[in-house]
Amino acid sequence: MFKLNMNRFILALVCFFTWSVQSTQAQEVVVYSARIEQLIKPMFDAFTKETGIKVKYTTDNEGALLAKLEAEGKNTPADMLVTSDAGNLWAAAQAELLKPIKSSVLAHNIPAHLRDPQHQWFGLSIRARTLVYNTKKVRPEELSSYESLADPKWKNRLCLRSSKKVYNQSLVAMMIAEHGEAKTEEIVKGWVANLATDPLSDDTKALEYVAAGKCDVTLVNTYYFGRLMKKDPNLPLAIFWPNQDKNGVHVNVSGAGITRYSRNEEAAIKLLEFLSSEKAQNLFADVNMEYPVNPAIDADPFVESWGEFKQNPMNLVKAGELQTTAVKLMDRVGYR
Amino acid sequence: MLVWRLIPFLAAILVLAPVGVVVSSLLAPTSDIWQHLIATSLPLLLHNTFWLACGVIAGTAILGTSLAWITAIYDFPGRGFFSWALLLPMAMPAYVTAFVALGLFDFTGPIQTTLRNALDSDLSWFPEIRGRMGVIAVMSLAFYPYVYLLARNAFLTQGKRSLEVAQSLGLNRTQGFLRVALPMARPWIAGGLMLVLMETLADFGTVAVFNYNTFTTAIYKAWFNMFSLQAASQLASLLIIVVFIVIVIEQRLRLRMRYAETKVSGRAQRIQLTGWQNVLTIGFIACILILAFALPVAQLALWSIEAFSQDFDIARYLGFLSHSILLSGLAAVLTCSVVTLMIYSVRRHPDIATRNAVRIATIGYALPGTVLAIGVYVPLTWLDGQLSTGLEQWLQIEIGPIIQGTIVLMLIAYLIRFMAVSHYAIDSAMRRITTSIDEAAMSLGLSGWSIIGKVHIPILKSGLFTAMTLVFVDVMKEMPITLMTRPFGWDTLAVRIYQMTSEGQWEQAAIPALTLVLAGLIPIFLFMRQTE
Repeated sequence: MFKLNMNRFILALVCFFTWSVQSTQAQEVVVYSARIEQLIKPMFDAFTKETGIKVKYTTDNEGALLAKLEAEGKNTPADMLVTSDAGNLWAAAQAELLKPIKSSVLAHNIPAHLRDPQHQWFGLSIRARTLVYNTKKVRPEELSSYESLADPKWKNRLCLRSSKKVYNQSLVAMMIAEHGEAKTEEIVKGWVANLATDPLSDDTKALEYVAAGKCDVTLVNTYYFGRLMKKDPNLPLAIFWPNQDKNGVHVNVSGAGITRYSRNEEAAIKLLEFLSSEKAQNLFADVNMEYPVNPAIDADPFVESWGEFKQNPMNLVKAGELQTTAVKLMDRVGYR
Repeated sequence: MLVWRLIPFLAAILVLAPVGVVVSSLLAPTSDIWQHLIATSLPLLLHNTFWLACGVIAGTAILGTSLAWITAIYDFPGRGFFSWALLLPMAMPAYVTAFVALGLFDFTGPIQTTLRNALDSDLSWFPEIRGRMGVIAVMSLAFYPYVYLLARNAFLTQGKRSLEVAQSLGLNRTQGFLRVALPMARPWIAGGLMLVLMETLADFGTVAVFNYNTFTTAIYKAWFNMFSLQAASQLASLLIIVVFIVIVIEQRLRLRMRYAETKVSGRAQRIQLTGWQNVLTIGFIACILILAFALPVAQLALWSIEAFSQDFDIARYLGFLSHSILLSGLAAVLTCSVVTLMIYSVRRHPDIATRNAVRIATIGYALPGTVLAIGVYVPLTWLDGQLSTGLEQWLQIEIGPIIQGTIVLMLIAYLIRFMAVSHYAIDSAMRRITTSIDEAAMSLGLSGWSIIGKVHIPILKSGLFTAMTLVFVDVMKEMPITLMTRPFGWDTLAVRIYQMTSEGQWEQAAIPALTLVLAGLIPIFLFMRQTE
């Protein structure tokens, strides 16, 4: 009997100890980030400099971070989750890992379509998924929209990244939200029929294929184009902004939310507001050649040189809601 | 010593439990996602898996058998070197060969780019590497050593003699090979091919690099992209059925192999090759060696230098390396301990039931990692839930998951998969300790533990060492189990390779890959030293 009680006592002691260790971290914010270290550290340093609040962070891919938050439950040390797409933020909100935040600063700095209507997550930088073409083989007048890439005139001229990447899943999900499932299926089927080669492993490879002449046009996030052009400015590649006379370019966000069981909510909100502010927005977008969400801020001059574009105003929550539908649709039409 | 006696049975249950869990998912009500998979993906998956299996079997059969025949029967300059060098591709995990092949031979890779510029053509005749033929070629180059090793053994023990008999009966050399030597070696070749088939069905990394959808990638996708563990289990159960058929065939073949074994009575005279025959033979072998080993390693080295000279994060790399080493070390110790106990138990109680238990315990190797990951994850998380709610009710405090988030899950899956690997090495060492050795030791006044300490361990030492090394290296190269069940922050070299190759960043995957290749060379050198 005594032994049993002793065990119970030790267990309780251990639990108390870990709890008290965790509760002493009052003046810092713990961030789980799917954005890599180089893309978050500069902003966190700036935040600490301004407020004195420390930021601790761990980086991993989205799936691992969500699983960790889920497994830790109420005991999570994390206050904030940062991801590089809206779909995973939506999934985190769906799994009740995030907490709704009312903040007039965030509402003011971030356009409504780039944040969750339930206030659980907020976009912090815009990633535009657009067309890039080979300037030796395509005249920009020939291009018009995502949908028009399904036209048979692009037969054997299109390159696409694998459908396993969430960027393409989000794009197709947003198209489903706009056109409905049947019409989107027609379009994506058309894309697959026009492929010059099997889907590629990444955006950079797709750009290289276009530059090398295997295909004439592809669909990529702009910062991949930026990185490649910085390396070799002579590549025969150029950006085309599709759907300008319609609903605009498909955009996704890199964004963040406060965890449901955050212990330092106040400091975490402060960090989130800081990230959306003018001071941080430049840094946040520029380190990766993305676009700021805050409309008051201009992008990096190199990024601005690609021209202005109209972005699709549909709320990104659809990208999450329709992701599974999109994956199934792509399966059906044989988009690998 | 009841526990002692039970170990083989416990090990067998450990192997059967995940199979049971996964197969029982077929009884679960069909979900929306499962319906979708049946309607859209399943026919394609079966088609892809079938042709991949056929292609790799054909490729490894041709490569393995021809190379074995050449090195076993003929004599030519450098034969000694080539016979063991042909084992080197075993050090390459197939997924490493795969991404190097893509990096080299792809449309934007150095070879095609150079050719395009030099010839000023669009190179439309160049074979498409990113298709089925590419996967088959890569896997054939990575897996042929299994066939080579076994077939060579068969040809060495009986080939030349059977050829002499055939010639004395008036057949020429080709006829002798086709009508006598080859049929006699069939059980060995088929045994090698079954190993190849198991590896092919279990492979995840290679097909993932090629974006070639098979059961293993579909299982991963169902779980991690469609968030349906149930659909993943149902796919896994179908894969298990296929694997089960292979296991049955393999066990049958193994019996025949024993039956057909002949004694080596002195090496027969080799047939001396001359002039152009030498050139052709050496050219053929060199081609295979270059494609399967030298070229990939050279490219990896180049990429490594490139990655190293840029912003290489050494602390991060050491993190991956230490996770790999720690996990492999723990798995090696755990697996070899369990297997040693199991072998001791059979030694004491060599009855049919115990022997069968050992046999079941050592078929874990045939279970693909993706299947094991699910088969271990599902019951253990359930157990975990029961345990923590029980404890919570008892202690009246919040505890949360206990096993989840630890490496226990992975270690159990590794144990199941790699018991067979260490069993072979330890068992053959144990066979050297005959009962007369035990009796001699006892007659000298030793007993119980001191026999084990003073007699058994010295004899077993090298076998145990080999077994540990084999498990260590296999776990290091293992990808799907690690990827699917690792707790947060436990990224290993293999996981890093998966992440980088799925983004097409070959250079970033090079240093981890080269590390795995170097580790993979260790067992080959051990093997060489033992056979010499």
